[in-house]
Amino acid sequence: MTDTLLSVRNLRVVYPGDDGDFHAVRDVSFTLGRERLGIVGESGSGKSTTGRAIMGLVAPPGRITADEMRLGDLDLTRMNEAGFRKLRGKRIAMVLQDPKYSLDPVMTVGDQIAETHRQHVNAGRKAARLAALEMLEAVQIRDPERVYGLYPHQVSGGMGQRVMIAMMLIAGPDILIADEPTSALDVTVQTQVLAIMDNLVRSRGMGLILVSHNLHLVSSFCDRVLVMYAGRVVETCAAGDLANARHPYTRGLLAALPELGHRRAELPQLQRDPAWLEGSL
Amino acid sequence: MIVLEHASVYYGAGSKRVAAVRDVSLRVAEGEAFGLVGESGSGKSTVLRAIAGLIPHAQGVVRLAGLDMGARRPTASRRMAQMVFQDPYGSLHPNQTVDQTLSMPIAIHKLGDADRRVPAALAEVGLGREHRFRYPHQLSGGQRQRVAIARALILQPRILLLDEPTSALDVSVQAEILNLLTRLRRELGLTMLMVSHDLAVIAHLCERIGVMSGGELLETTTADALAAGAVSHPYTQALLRSNQGFDASSITAA
Ligand SMILES: Nc1ncnc2c1ncn2[C@@H]1O[C@H](COP(=O)(O)OP(=O)(O)OP(=O)(O)O)[C@@H](O)[C@H]1O
Ligand SMILES: Nc1ncnc2c1ncn2[C@@H]1O[C@H](COP(=O)(O)OP(=O)(O)OP(=O)(O)O)[C@@H](O)[C@H]1O
Ligand SMILES: [Mg+2]
Ligand SMILES: [Mg+2]
Repeated sequence: MTDTLLSVRNLRVVYPGDDGDFHAVRDVSFTLGRERLGIVGESGSGKSTTGRAIMGLVAPPGRITADEMRLGDLDLTRMNEAGFRKLRGKRIAMVLQDPKYSLDPVMTVGDQIAETHRQHVNAGRKAARLAALEMLEAVQIRDPERVYGLYPHQVSGGMGQRVMIAMMLIAGPDILIADEPTSALDVTVQTQVLAIMDNLVRSRGMGLILVSHNLHLVSSFCDRVLVMYAGRVVETCAAGDLANARHPYTRGLLAALPELGHRRAELPQLQRDPAWLEGSL
Repeated sequence: MIVLEHASVYYGAGSKRVAAVRDVSLRVAEGEAFGLVGESGSGKSTVLRAIAGLIPHAQGVVRLAGLDMGARRPTASRRMAQMVFQDPYGSLHPNQTVDQTLSMPIAIHKLGDADRRVPAALAEVGLGREHRFRYPHQLSGGQRQRVAIARALILQPRILLLDEPTSALDVSVQAEILNLLTRLRRELGLTMLMVSHDLAVIAHLCERIGVMSGGELLETTTADALAAGAVSHPYTQALLRSNQGFDASSITAA
């Protein structure tokens, strides 16, 4: 639980634009152990960009700098694209927000999973097919044999997301970055998919970064939570303590949630304070 | 205002024909907000499409404001029920400005007077003149969803059909849209039918809630009963638990 898989210090991501540089991520620091770390924050706060930076997936002209970005004994700040390509999938994997766009449209989803398996372990075609079918079953796909042979456009949103998760998990990464992995899933399937990831953290010691808008989900599922605002981490807390968060931004997000059994005529909307752009609590 | 009696809807033909909605009956009074929840693929969006007249119902009755809706609807009754779609990114055309998006239904329904109607609809959803000539990528997620709602409102419908209107949005924008819908319902007396997988969102807006599974309407309950945990169907119970967040004990040992 205590050993550090990933450490990040003062990560900055800048996108140059017509009217000057845009700082999408500003001095973000955190460590990840064999745990479930949640990242929450409003749209555009830099959650996905943080994940992409760790994966080496910020495309030029975007620029990444960091005082430290370390995966085990590897220094990611010195890694080139070829180096990242070797890491991706095998050591760090990311389930992207729009699963359908990250699948190959002309290959069946089953073959894509099997192919990923073959890239990472020395397996024959038949063994890879079986492993892929098992993984489809593990992510609660009802009819794995049938779904194996479907192309990405033939699966529903929720199925596409599970296929992506199966593909990421079959490679057995040390770290999984899951970007809104369950937002297209109905709640019962969502719980099952989270349970699969939870199991990998417990049994294999994987580190999980869960990016989500869903504050209830993050506070009940994760160990710790980072709260991001305008590219910064404004607050870090134990997930179970999220309800007692101190930062006014975090409090504003919590207040904006409708609550079952406590109906209000109007939900309080977030009143942004320019002071939130400075430093953190 | 909305009456479904034993309505069934099918996709496809011949051996590939699937019943997406089976024998569904429900009633929504004028000015009421009714919620639909249920697992993925249970037919929620299909119910909304059938009411909007985007897909014909094969059996049963769909009656809006006392009028039976047949296979072909007169233009006037098509105006009556307007739909806001599941995906705010996909539902607006990327190459059309807000002005073009809102002018289109005015042209189709030959209402005229676009120069007055478009700014009025924008004002109704809390957008300013400065947004009128923007493209979707120049708007935030919440602003895009406002445009989608404005497009539905511009035909002055009496029924608004909302398919997961906030599930792609973060909680601060969600609060904005929910407040907007509450205000529109009060000021325009709209009847609403909303789909969402978030029980707290549904219960915030709707008094009565229907639970769907496998194309059927399993039970109808109220926001108050949900809040009190007084629901009978196992799926509704599972839904209620997951609303509290992740609970490992809710997974059956497999
Ligand atoms: N390739 C890019 N070029 C320029 N700006 C970008 C690029 N990618 C992201 N941004 C900007 O960086 C900021 C952070 O984006 P990011 O996708 O990380 O947000 P997010 O927190 O994941 O939001 P969401 O919850 O909507 O997914 C946004 O303002 C976005 O517009
Ligand atoms: N155009 C179509 N052609 C064939 N089948 C369809 C089509 N659209 C939907 N279906 C099927 O009809 C059933 C009901 O779909 P519907 O979209 O109404 O579900 P839903 O309850 O809205 O699900 P979700 O929560 O995932 O949006 C599903 O089994 C789906 O696969
Ligand atoms: Mg994102
Ligand atoms: Mg739907």
